[in-house]
Amino acid sequence: MTSERPLTKDMKADGEALTLKEYERAGGYQGIRKALRMGPKDITDQVTKSSLRGRGGAGFPTGSKWSFVPLGKDAPHPKYLIANADEMEPGTFKDRLLMEGNPHQLLEGMMVASRAIEADVAFVFLRGEYVLSAQRLQRAIAEAYAAGYLGEKIFGSEVGLELHLHLSAGRYMCGEETGLLNALEGKRANPRTKPPYPQISGLFGKPTIVQNVETLANLPHIINNGVEWFKKLSYSADGGSKLYGASGKVKRPGLWELPMGTTIGELLHEHAGGMRDGVEFRGLLPGGASTDFLTEEHLDVKMDFTEVQKVGSRMGTGTMIILDDQTCPVGMVWNLEDFFAQESCGWCTPCWSGLRWAERILWAFEQGHGSEADLEKLEWICKFCAPGNTFCALAPGAVEPLQSALKYFRDDFLRHVREKQCPWR
Amino acid sequence: MLSSEERGEIEAEMLKYPNKQAACIDALKIVQRRRGWISDESIREIAEFLGISTDELDGVATFYNLIYRKPVGRHVILLCNSVSCWIMGYNRLRKRLCERLEIQLGETTADGRFTLLPIVCLGTCDHAPALMVDDDLHRDLSPDSAEQILERYR
Amino acid sequence: MATIYVDGKPHQVDAQQNLLHACLTLGFNLPYFCWHPALGSVGACRQCAVKQFRSPEDKHGRLVMACMTPASEGAQISIADPEAVAFRKGIIEGMMENHPHDCPVCDEGGECHLQDMTVMTGHDYRRYEFPKRTFRNQYLGPFVNHEMNRCIQCYRCVRFYREYAGGQDFNVFGIRNLAYFGRHEDGVLESEFAGNLDEVCPTGVFTDATHKHHYTRKWDMQFAPSICVHCGLGCNISPGERYGMLRRIVNRYHGDINGYFLCDRGRYGYEFVNSEQRIRQPQIRSNGQIQPVPKQQAIEEGGRFIASATTVIGIGSSRASLESNFALRMAVGANHFFAGASTQELQLLHLTLEILRTTPVASLRDVEDSDAVLVLGEDVSNYAPRMALSLRQSVRQQPFAMTDKLKIPRWLDHAVREAAQEHKGPLFMATVAATRLDDVATDTYRGAPDEIARLGYAVARTLDPEAAGLRATTASGSLAGQIVRAVRAVTGLGKPPSGAPDADFETMAQRIAQALNGAERPLVISGLGCRSGPVLKAAANVVRALQRNGKPARIALAVPECNSLGLAMLGAKPFEEALAVAREHSGTTAIMLENDLYRQAPGSDVDVFLRSANHLIALDHLQNRTTATAELTFPAATFAESDGTLVNNEGRAQRFFQALTPQEIQESWRWLRDIFVAAGRREFSAWKTLDDVIQSLVSEFPDLAQVAEAAPAASFRMAGEKIPRQPHRYSGRTAMLANINVSEPKPPDDPDSSLSYSMEGNPDQPPAALIPFAWAGGWNSYQAWNKFQEEIAGPLRGGNPGVRLFQPPAQAGEYFQDAPKRFQPREGEWLVVPLYHVFGSEELSILSPGVKQLSPKPYIAMNDEHAKGAGLQAEDMVELAIGGASYRAALQIRPDLPVGIAGVPVGVDLFAGIQLPAWSKIERVS
Ligand SMILES: Cc1cc2nc3c(=O)[nH]c(=O)nc-3n(C[C@H](O)[C@H](O)[C@H](O)COP(=O)(O)O)c2cc1C
Ligand code: SF4
Ligand code: FES
Repeated sequence: MTSERPLTKDMKADGEALTLKEYERAGGYQGIRKALRMGPKDITDQVTKSSLRGRGGAGFPTGSKWSFVPLGKDAPHPKYLIANADEMEPGTFKDRLLMEGNPHQLLEGMMVASRAIEADVAFVFLRGEYVLSAQRLQRAIAEAYAAGYLGEKIFGSEVGLELHLHLSAGRYMCGEETGLLNALEGKRANPRTKPPYPQISGLFGKPTIVQNVETLANLPHIINNGVEWFKKLSYSADGGSKLYGASGKVKRPGLWELPMGTTIGELLHEHAGGMRDGVEFRGLLPGGASTDFLTEEHLDVKMDFTEVQKVGSRMGTGTMIILDDQTCPVGMVWNLEDFFAQESCGWCTPCWSGLRWAERILWAFEQGHGSEADLEKLEWICKFCAPGNTFCALAPGAVEPLQSALKYFRDDFLRHVREKQCPWR
Repeated sequence: MLSSEERGEIEAEMLKYPNKQAACIDALKIVQRRRGWISDESIREIAEFLGISTDELDGVATFYNLIYRKPVGRHVILLCNSVSCWIMGYNRLRKRLCERLEIQLGETTADGRFTLLPIVCLGTCDHAPALMVDDDLHRDLSPDSAEQILERYR
Repeated sequence: MATIYVDGKPHQVDAQQNLLHACLTLGFNLPYFCWHPALGSVGACRQCAVKQFRSPEDKHGRLVMACMTPASEGAQISIADPEAVAFRKGIIEGMMENHPHDCPVCDEGGECHLQDMTVMTGHDYRRYEFPKRTFRNQYLGPFVNHEMNRCIQCYRCVRFYREYAGGQDFNVFGIRNLAYFGRHEDGVLESEFAGNLDEVCPTGVFTDATHKHHYTRKWDMQFAPSICVHCGLGCNISPGERYGMLRRIVNRYHGDINGYFLCDRGRYGYEFVNSEQRIRQPQIRSNGQIQPVPKQQAIEEGGRFIASATTVIGIGSSRASLESNFALRMAVGANHFFAGASTQELQLLHLTLEILRTTPVASLRDVEDSDAVLVLGEDVSNYAPRMALSLRQSVRQQPFAMTDKLKIPRWLDHAVREAAQEHKGPLFMATVAATRLDDVATDTYRGAPDEIARLGYAVARTLDPEAAGLRATTASGSLAGQIVRAVRAVTGLGKPPSGAPDADFETMAQRIAQALNGAERPLVISGLGCRSGPVLKAAANVVRALQRNGKPARIALAVPECNSLGLAMLGAKPFEEALAVAREHSGTTAIMLENDLYRQAPGSDVDVFLRSANHLIALDHLQNRTTATAELTFPAATFAESDGTLVNNEGRAQRFFQALTPQEIQESWRWLRDIFVAAGRREFSAWKTLDDVIQSLVSEFPDLAQVAEAAPAASFRMAGEKIPRQPHRYSGRTAMLANINVSEPKPPDDPDSSLSYSMEGNPDQPPAALIPFAWAGGWNSYQAWNKFQEEIAGPLRGGNPGVRLFQPPAQAGEYFQDAPKRFQPREGEWLVVPLYHVFGSEELSILSPGVKQLSPKPYIAMNDEHAKGAGLQAEDMVELAIGGASYRAALQIRPDLPVGIAGVPVGVDLFAGIQLPAWSKIERVS
């Protein structure tokens, strides 16, 4: 293990973005130069061996995802590479830093991934509210085009890459990779049927890879420094460092690049500084709104894809939301379900009907109208929206905090019933 | 009629995609930036320009929350109501803003100065609660500081 | 085939299909919403969940959506699994959160798929206790009613309207549980297929607005298997009756023709049957006064007119049954049996018959499956509307071949569409004016009929140098035609249009030839729409050239009316000859069968004809100009009140049956029989039933021998019983007529069919030609067709109804030789051609209020260049003169019309009887 912080170490203290010059001075754009010499299969191989897993929340092994893209002469073109910069998972604020602080790093990552799949066109799909990210990316893209790093024959090679920034018009569903494809095609961001996977039929029906910003930002470093180096960044089997964050009533809410597998307790107590004075820790969502609650008993759990899953939750985006004792857990879950019900795209029945129902029931609890029978209904809705029952992962994610709240905070629900009001009011 | 600037900007976006329809969200945003919101007339104009039907375009426009299909004030306040901000004092913030502006969420002030809209997580949870006014992000807010910030927008 | 295991039992199913399709084919009751047999799977509603197990050892399994899962070899599923059952019940519960509990006042109640599925899944208790969301409804025109609160968000409507039917003015708006399905703003739905929303919507959001005016529950109507009479395609329909009134038309599934969908003319054109203008009693005109007469008196009077006549002339009808036309022909003799149609039209019909006899003919199903299509001269959407819907599917065939390679099953609808994007298979539209199919066309060619024919000849010649007619190489340039390159080229994704039309006739012919020759199932469509023999011949030549190249090419020809071909096959002679006979012979009696002559022939000729005849007998449904001049008029039964046979555009004889039994009204053949018997022609008294007439018909016309097999004879019984027209929940049977007589009357006799006017009869599935309505246990909605098919969306059990009268020839026919000369525009004159309107051009449907509302006002159209040259402006009152008559209407500017061509909307009253194409001056009148 090394305590290197490849993703953030070059970022400036004043929060300004690195210019192309500054980025190159810090060693930037060497990864893509090397990748251009390697050939697609070797790049994919190296990424597969590095055990890089997607940082968008699902943790799918990145190299293995690429391996399904048809390569060579007979492959359909244009092929597309998309950076998923739609960051809208409540409690998540990591990709913003990468784009605002070092946009060229993302661009280089996209170039590397594009080479691996022989993509011709790349998009950054950015949520519309990230104005500063948009400005900085726009500038970086212009710089890269001017330097000949984008466009035809990049870096003097025989290959070209077009790269565009697309600003979204809102909706959480745009972050779901196939919803994103529809949004980028100028359609309603409903999810698409899988299979066929985007690797075969994606944007405009062509082979496409969608990858989270943080995932992409890792690529230049993997190419530059090699597989062994990357693995050593981590405490666990999942390679690399990870951007971890914490929000809620902790002393120092923030974002830190740390070895993958840093424990939850370390994150909470050392990096976030523990709970604020006067409030007690009750639980947390480890990686955004669509993960299951964990509690005191899980503080020793390593934050990586495998370990968090073992205790019944998911690492998700790695940005924790902390629940304290002065916040009503039922209210918090209501807030979450209201978000999900509102963002349901309206395609599949369990999601558009089930989530709004859950939200209504939780609201009733908050108003003092909840009953024990309602708890059964909530449990039913959680099962109703289980993975596989719905068209995409929004609804299964949506019920994760709910199902775990019903497990860990059942007494709090019952207090609402007994007291006929929210005890935190 | 779309202005020549609007058309020029939309045409520039069209170059990114293999068909015109794909530029429709960009087109909506371009027109909204200039006109504040997307009226039925704007829908017709953009649809015609892109060669798609008004129904097609309106189906898209009504899906996305950053496309305003109703008139908005000179400044749009996007108040984050997602979980971290909710924990950190969203309710107090909302209450104060509503009182101060004498409107509810989703409404526009009588003088047409502000429209107050809820928004999902703004991705700045370590500085909650937060809001945006137009393109500016404001963070670590209290009801008082939020009120002061509004003074900057006329 | 694959073996799948459903709840432990092995079944053989089609491995190319999904599990839902497989289960329904096997007869299992598996509920669904978003899946539709013609629209495929999108996995939205999650209603069709079943448990799938990885192996016999897998006891846990997982829920999958049957519609989204391939029926692969060895698949093991459980429909009965408790978790699957509970989940399916939950889906209904979710949909019911907002669904109004208004079944008793809902038009869909009793034939609602949502109702059926609610019962099927066992959801019966409401746990959701919050207020329901509500929406505003829209005005969508005279045909479709909108009640958005009933929506369950299955997305079928928008998928049908936009993706399947290509409609633009309809969509889904908003998001989450508030998705709204309708139009961007209130207004008449533009698609001529909008009415299918009624059947596509699984609940009562979209319902039949015409039915609303005289609403009756499905279970309270009596139905009959019937055939649409509003164009020549012969779509199968199911009319519903109560209290002697025709209440509505719904689709009757036919696997080779209409499938699951009708056009709106066919669905809503029916109200003429209930019209105030209906002739309901025999009537006589004396001293300028029209008066009802008792039936027997009328018959005797008619008999005297016949007996006293020196000559009896019969004018048959292309919208009357074969049997009625045949009866007339037998009565008046072959020499005096005519059509209302002109020499020109009959020649075209005989040419059509000749081509159909010598060329492989495509059904609508074949049209749908064709992978390269050339349309020569037909404005399909307006002339043979249902065919346009099939053509819209044909352009998906080549993209299917592409998505097959990506291993995307064809039923996985959105995946296929997303992979195919804007790619469309070749469809070339060569027409006189723009059509509503141009949006999916590869190339569009607009020219005079002769130019269209020349294009066809050029294509044939390119395919086979032996093909006669002009050489492609000599047909360069296109003075009067215009090639419009479609935005969507066959290859290359949505490249911008090339700008200036590449007006090269020859390269276009080559492009078309190449596309057809490169296809696996090429098709040429033509017909009588532009009233040109050369166009028909050119179409046949293209097919022949393809056949000689070893291609399984087919042809589909559109004809004007529901029995145009039947009438032609009976050897009716043109109207001009009838006129000559009437003029030559004094003392003639003319019999007009279901025919307003004024709509068929020039008014002055009709006047002469009617004046020359000594006695005029008319048999028709509604009062019209012809019946107004008749001395004796008999109330002829419409399709809804009679049985008979029609021959559609493919040469398929199909039987229709009556849903109503009006008192004084009877089939034309019965009136004719009675009149001629009264005139002393005793032999006709042998015709007691329809089958008797059919027997005479087939012995007289060997060509029509198979007509007898179009449907089972009246003697057919199912286990000794008749087939009920009424659903078994038919209510009020004893009360309906209580105001007249409290004792329950005996149901009417029906000697012509094996259908009973009763709810009693054999409850089992009748032969395909005799299915009056779709119903099966637990399936009260149209979705019940699933239970009548051999395979889902395939043929009906026992084969689709009707018989094809022409067998495909063993080898390609001879080429037609005479290619037309270049079309030469004239100075100061226009070739006036017919322009068609789905609502307005057909004689019977325009008598229905909704169709009338949507039909065009009279106009005379020419292109802008012309108008400018002639100093004319839009809306100027202009006049043209054809066949001695002049016609005045407002000028319409149509940039799509070619040089030298003007057009008028045929079918609208002003242009009744106009003979087109014809040359005319067009001048402004003050
Ligand atoms: C409802 C929903 C929203 C999502 N939003 C995002 C997002 O904003 N950013 C992101 O990177 N991934 C998001 N994802 C995950 C993506 O679907 C996809 O898995 C990811 O972009 C793949 O990239 P990765 O492999 O690099 O993680 C979302 C998934 C769902 C179901
Ligand atoms: S296409 Fe013709 S036959 Fe078919 S329903 Fe329409 S009008 Fe009737
Ligand atoms: S019918 Fe299968 S998901 Fe709707």
